[in-house]
Amino acid sequence: MKKKLYNETIYRLLIIVVAVLSALIVGAILLLIAKANPLKAYYVMFTEPLSGKFGLTEILVRAAPLMLVGLGIAIAFRSGIINIGGEGQIMIGAIFGTFIALTFPNLPTYILLPFVFIASFIGGAIWGGIAGWMKAYLSVNEILSTIMLNYIAFQVYMFLIRGPLIDPQEVSYGTGVPQTALLSKNAWLVRIIPASRLHAGIIVAVILAILVYIFLWKTTIGYRLRAAGAEAKAAKYIGVNVKNYLVLAMLLSGGFAGMAGAIEVCGVHHRALESISAGYGFSGIVVALFGGLHPLGIIPASAVFGLLIVGADMMQRSVTVPASIILAIQGLIILAIVSSQIFFSNIALKEKIMIKLKLMKSGDKDGS
Amino acid sequence: MPEIIKKLEMRKITKKFPGVLACNNIDIHINSGEIVALLGENGAGKTTLMNVLFGLYQPEHGEIFLNEKKVVINSPRKAFAYGIGMVHQHFMLVPNLTVLENIALGFTSNKIFKLELNKVRTKIDEVSKEYGLSVNPDAYIWQLSVGEQQRVELIKVLCLGANLLILDEPTAALTPQETDELIGLLKIMAKKDRSIIFISHKLNEVKAVSDRVCVLRNGSLVYEGTTPEHSVSTLAEKMAGREISMPTLKEKSHATSPILEIKNVFAKGSMGTMALDGFTLTVNRGEIVGIAGVSGNGQKELADVINGINHIESGQILLNDEDITNKAPQKIINKGMGYIPEDRMHEGTIPSFSVKENIIMKDYNHPPLSKNTFLQNKIIENYSSELINNFDIKCPDNKTSCASLSGGNVQKVILARELSRKPKMLIASYPIRGLDIGAAEYVHEQLLEARSENIGVLLISEELDELLDICDRIAVIYEGKTLDILDRDIDTKSKLGLLMAGIKDEKKVI
Repeated sequence: MKKKLYNETIYRLLIIVVAVLSALIVGAILLLIAKANPLKAYYVMFTEPLSGKFGLTEILVRAAPLMLVGLGIAIAFRSGIINIGGEGQIMIGAIFGTFIALTFPNLPTYILLPFVFIASFIGGAIWGGIAGWMKAYLSVNEILSTIMLNYIAFQVYMFLIRGPLIDPQEVSYGTGVPQTALLSKNAWLVRIIPASRLHAGIIVAVILAILVYIFLWKTTIGYRLRAAGAEAKAAKYIGVNVKNYLVLAMLLSGGFAGMAGAIEVCGVHHRALESISAGYGFSGIVVALFGGLHPLGIIPASAVFGLLIVGADMMQRSVTVPASIILAIQGLIILAIVSSQIFFSNIALKEKIMIKLKLMKSGDKDGS
Repeated sequence: MPEIIKKLEMRKITKKFPGVLACNNIDIHINSGEIVALLGENGAGKTTLMNVLFGLYQPEHGEIFLNEKKVVINSPRKAFAYGIGMVHQHFMLVPNLTVLENIALGFTSNKIFKLELNKVRTKIDEVSKEYGLSVNPDAYIWQLSVGEQQRVELIKVLCLGANLLILDEPTAALTPQETDELIGLLKIMAKKDRSIIFISHKLNEVKAVSDRVCVLRNGSLVYEGTTPEHSVSTLAEKMAGREISMPTLKEKSHATSPILEIKNVFAKGSMGTMALDGFTLTVNRGEIVGIAGVSGNGQKELADVINGINHIESGQILLNDEDITNKAPQKIINKGMGYIPEDRMHEGTIPSFSVKENIIMKDYNHPPLSKNTFLQNKIIENYSSELINNFDIKCPDNKTSCASLSGGNVQKVILARELSRKPKMLIASYPIRGLDIGAAEYVHEQLLEARSENIGVLLISEELDELLDICDRIAVIYEGKTLDILDRDIDTKSKLGLLMAGIKDEKKVI
């Protein structure tokens, strides 16, 4: 059994490496068109972030929100729902948390922070729950509803940080940058490495990932949730109220995205500002898929995506290509990884390749 | 039009799949006007061999000869060009197109943007007249019954000019009447010099329809001969490679203590009409009661309302003298109801879940399998391994997903789960449908075993042989009512057949 698992892991890694390589080859063409040296660009992209404290900590700073969103997406996926609404859920979560932090600035950290996180969770859960409820009871396609809810969330969020919650200083200086006032230090997540932005949020995220794993695979509620998602008819047969579990899954999914909002607010910016979600709502989907929709796979997957984001930033600075090319390359890598899922889900294809790679049958003999 | 197929031969066909030898050096042939049955258990290689003939797979070795000339068939289009047509087990029809449009899809035309619907319409008329196949070309596929859809598939293949027809398990989803019609039709086709290869594991049909039979087992041709020479039981033996005897009831039960009472139940079906229209039936402890009837007469609704999956409008259902009418499924399960649903792949099991997780489907919720909402992995591990052992479920380990098991093994998973919970009552819907004979034998043995343990069993089936083999009493359901209840000793098959069609002997009173 161990052997099988080992080969399985090698297979997965190989497929992903090949997928990423092919994306990079296409990306190289784009770089050549932009008159940049692809080899140099990629060298910077993949080595620079790993070669110093700044790069490494920044990777983890990105990984924390990605992990939380990815966990939420995985819960939804496991329950048969495709949640595209991470962006909106992050923003609503962020604004709920910010509101609590601004209202009770003097509460001690150990009370205030949990409060902020719970508020963010509730905010995101409401936003996700709306889509879940509409799917369960009105049969509204969740892809449409979550995307539409993203637009609504963005406008609500912008209205709040431009109007009622805007930083009084912005008003008095007349600059009017849409952001809230700086939170009191009691609401800041502690920086775990001095002189870096890396905050305790990453630890929170990893702990939550483990909890989600236990929840989904070791509890009866998780069992019902997965059953409802995997085969609604069979779930009904054993008496699971599939509709309620759909709503529960979206509440949790949205809640996790909401906490990602809190992590950005309390850990990085210390206030709610315009670009709070930074696309994490969408890249979280890819992180979840990349991590095999498994909480323990999502932990490394979010780090890999953190690397991609930080590496791309550094590459842009060092080879001076337009930012749009970086986005295109990121997009290519995401496409390649998502496409490579077929190699995991198509069992016949997988066996064929594994035999070619000598990971099965004949390969078992040489003990490698 | 392709030339007439006088003789088609497949010589030394070998087809490998990763880890399996699906076809091993198989030689078969068919002459014009002949019906050859290709017989074998699930996974014996029947479908693979025919997919090779139809150009869907390329064999590793072997050749195909048509009228003594070697041909290479590397696509279904090529197969059609040679006059070979195939009707797949799962119909290849577009539900929201009409019959005419579906058939026109298969025609090649020199006009790229125009379907020559009128030409196709005349062709359909011609073919339906020739074989007496009535079909409305303007009906939408979704409006048709399974039997009618199959007729469309046949007309499609005939319109395309097939001389050799391959039918992959054509009766799997048909009612007994539709099956009889199909068999009659195939015989007419054979008389008109078409050749037919009939894939099946239902021995009675093979007996009724074929001239010659080829038996495959584990990818090899183990027997070939003319059909009339052999009885059903010898064919079964050749197919399974061992002696098979479908278990039968030795003596009738005289049980009188009721375990399940269904009293005057009315319930709506998915179409909103009354699917159960005053249904009444009592099942006693230690007795198997059969529900005979053409499917669609309320069987599905009956099984669902007993298990609380759907609600009833009026009436009463008692289990062990306790009212379970419209109770939540979980409650009914906990009171000792077992249920083997009709759709074993999507209702009885969760295909993407492991065997282990499927085995605990009904008991995960209480001790010892879970404590305070936490699943007890060690206990679950032992429990599932024990059941896999006891019920001889063939799977690499308890973490294998149910989707990768054969139908027979999936049914064993369900049986293991339902019977190990020591139910008081068991509902079994079409428990051997689609299973090969070895697996069917096992299922019936288990049902009889349950009966001897004083469990009440309600067996819903369309197959009269199945009902006559193991039921103490047989109730006939027709349009949601109990039309009649027959005792085992005075039953005759023909009486049941008439009752299933809704024709009731007027002299008899319910």
